[in-house]
Amino acid sequence: MKHDESLVRDAGFWLHLIRAVESAGRSLYLQGRLPGSFYDGRGQEATSVGAALAMAPRDIACPLIRDMGVHMVRGVTSAEMFRHYLGKAGGPMEGRDGNIHLGAFDRGTIPMISHLPEMLPVGMGVAVSRVRRGETSAAIGFCGDGASAGGVFHETLNLAALWKAPLVVIVERNGYAYMTPEAKYLAVPEIASRAAGYGIPSWSGDGNDVLEVHSLVSTALDHARAGAGPSLVELFTFRMHGHGAHDDQRYVPEAELKSWEARDPLLRWREHAERVLGWTPADQEELDARIDEDVQAGLQDALAASYPPLDELESSLFAA
Amino acid sequence: MTDVVTYVEAIRLALRTALSEDERVVLMGEDVGGGGGAFRATLGLQAEFGGDRVIDTPISEAAFTGAAVGMALDGMRPVVEFQFSDFITSGMNAIVNTAAKMHFRARTPVPIVIRAPAAGGFAGGPFHSQNPEAWFLRTPGLKVVCPATAEDAGLLLGAAIADPNPVLFFEQKSLYTRVKGEFLYNSAAPLAGAITRRAGEDVTVVSYGATLHLALDAAAALADEGIDCEVIDLRVLCPLDFESVAASVAKTGRCLIAHEDYCRYGVAAELAARLAGELFTDLDAPVGRVGAHFWPIPFSPPLEEATLPSRDRIADAVRELALF
Repeated sequence: MKHDESLVRDAGFWLHLIRAVESAGRSLYLQGRLPGSFYDGRGQEATSVGAALAMAPRDIACPLIRDMGVHMVRGVTSAEMFRHYLGKAGGPMEGRDGNIHLGAFDRGTIPMISHLPEMLPVGMGVAVSRVRRGETSAAIGFCGDGASAGGVFHETLNLAALWKAPLVVIVERNGYAYMTPEAKYLAVPEIASRAAGYGIPSWSGDGNDVLEVHSLVSTALDHARAGAGPSLVELFTFRMHGHGAHDDQRYVPEAELKSWEARDPLLRWREHAERVLGWTPADQEELDARIDEDVQAGLQDALAASYPPLDELESSLFAA
Repeated sequence: MTDVVTYVEAIRLALRTALSEDERVVLMGEDVGGGGGAFRATLGLQAEFGGDRVIDTPISEAAFTGAAVGMALDGMRPVVEFQFSDFITSGMNAIVNTAAKMHFRARTPVPIVIRAPAAGGFAGGPFHSQNPEAWFLRTPGLKVVCPATAEDAGLLLGAAIADPNPVLFFEQKSLYTRVKGEFLYNSAAPLAGAITRRAGEDVTVVSYGATLHLALDAAAALADEGIDCEVIDLRVLCPLDFESVAASVAKTGRCLIAHEDYCRYGVAAELAARLAGELFTDLDAPVGRVGAHFWPIPFSPPLEEATLPSRDRIADAVRELALF
């Protein structure tokens, strides 16, 4: 399969940036310097990066806690991301919300709520509104395999099918719902098979291969933008860290982690890069240095930033 | 001469006006199309404006409320009908978590109206008779409206649709065809402010919704006994016009709060606490409260009647206050 060089280059940049930002944030938390906890998407970077790179400017996404890639591809900088995690002024939520609850409507993302998968219909509503106005737009609603057991998953897919809504539901099949292994919450081998119950198409594939993710999600988005209705994309991946940095996930068998370590999305990308770009160790060094510089600058910016003012808390409750 | 309309006709006319004047407005809900909704509030609107503006939904409150929140985020003005206010629990997250907190979290407005027929009095039983306003009043970021007259049904609905925030609009089932008045519509009308429905000197009775009419009946009966009640209709529960209540209580020194919702932790509890805290020296009597007794609303008519507030319960409570 032939891949566009710039796509491979972009994907590599974002994969490495997300990995580095999340590693730095996790370290901060473990040092006791970051409030709350730190929820990362280690091992799942390819799903959010591949999906975000398939989005058009007027598409909308509802990313969840393993999907930092969407936020950064859509324009959140390292400095803004660290400010957000530290609860500082100048982050997308101005300290009103933390960890990966963030979004900026004008950048094409809606901040998630913690109740899952409540964001699926919200993203759909935005894209439906745009299509009604004559725009071309599609929504990506992310959903974990765990949250696919929630009632809103069914309600939304049924409603989306009835409306032929431009919604792509991406199920990130990462094997665990917090501490519970999938055998305890999934009654079928493939969540994608449930699409048949709504009369919609589905695709499933390797969620750790950023180019495969990009290709599948592009197909689903094209389907949605063409007015053909919703679809389901199931991406097989694995959560390499715990639910959050406070969770050492001792409940995950070592062998399972090892087998997925070999399928790390950054390693998978490297294979593509060597094939498509003739990627060399020198190229990698240069990329790593560039990323490190960006992340360190962002981190220093955020650590030095002030906290948001207290005087706007009540006055920002309502829109004027 | 202005036409006199019923409460539900005022709702329908307000929706029709909003649909005509503002192409961003859509109605959504179960049976709102051909059937015109369980209470016929949307009768004829789908025929007039089409199925794209008046949208029939499956029994999927969480999904269609969430979708409406998304539409509102993108600048539309969705008006969602819950068939009964009791069913609002099935769409709760989209309202109290996604919509209510969005402007605070991300400074993005969510101009959505949730219409829900509330209150009992017609043998609806535990799941078709509830008054859920207090759930929403203690959720920051939501406005809550409860019109008691046909005039307010039209006026406040127009204002709610024009408001850039999430608004819960609790229609009163028992008033739909019982009260009549002028159809008023002004999208620039303030979505705030209590109204004094009856002026008086002795006791302030604060009420809203269907119970307002019981309070006015009680006030008329008490006048014959020489007790002069001032009756205030709150109309909009959030933002609350406490100043109007305080001004009246400062004058009368006595206050009874009467509503169909339970007294515990609700509007009456909040008002009583604020009156005690802010008007302590003006009060000549403890603040009184009348509401539904604290159990589910029973089906059997005599049981339901004994549960909900009545004209007599309100009058008795006022008499007690007048003794001080």
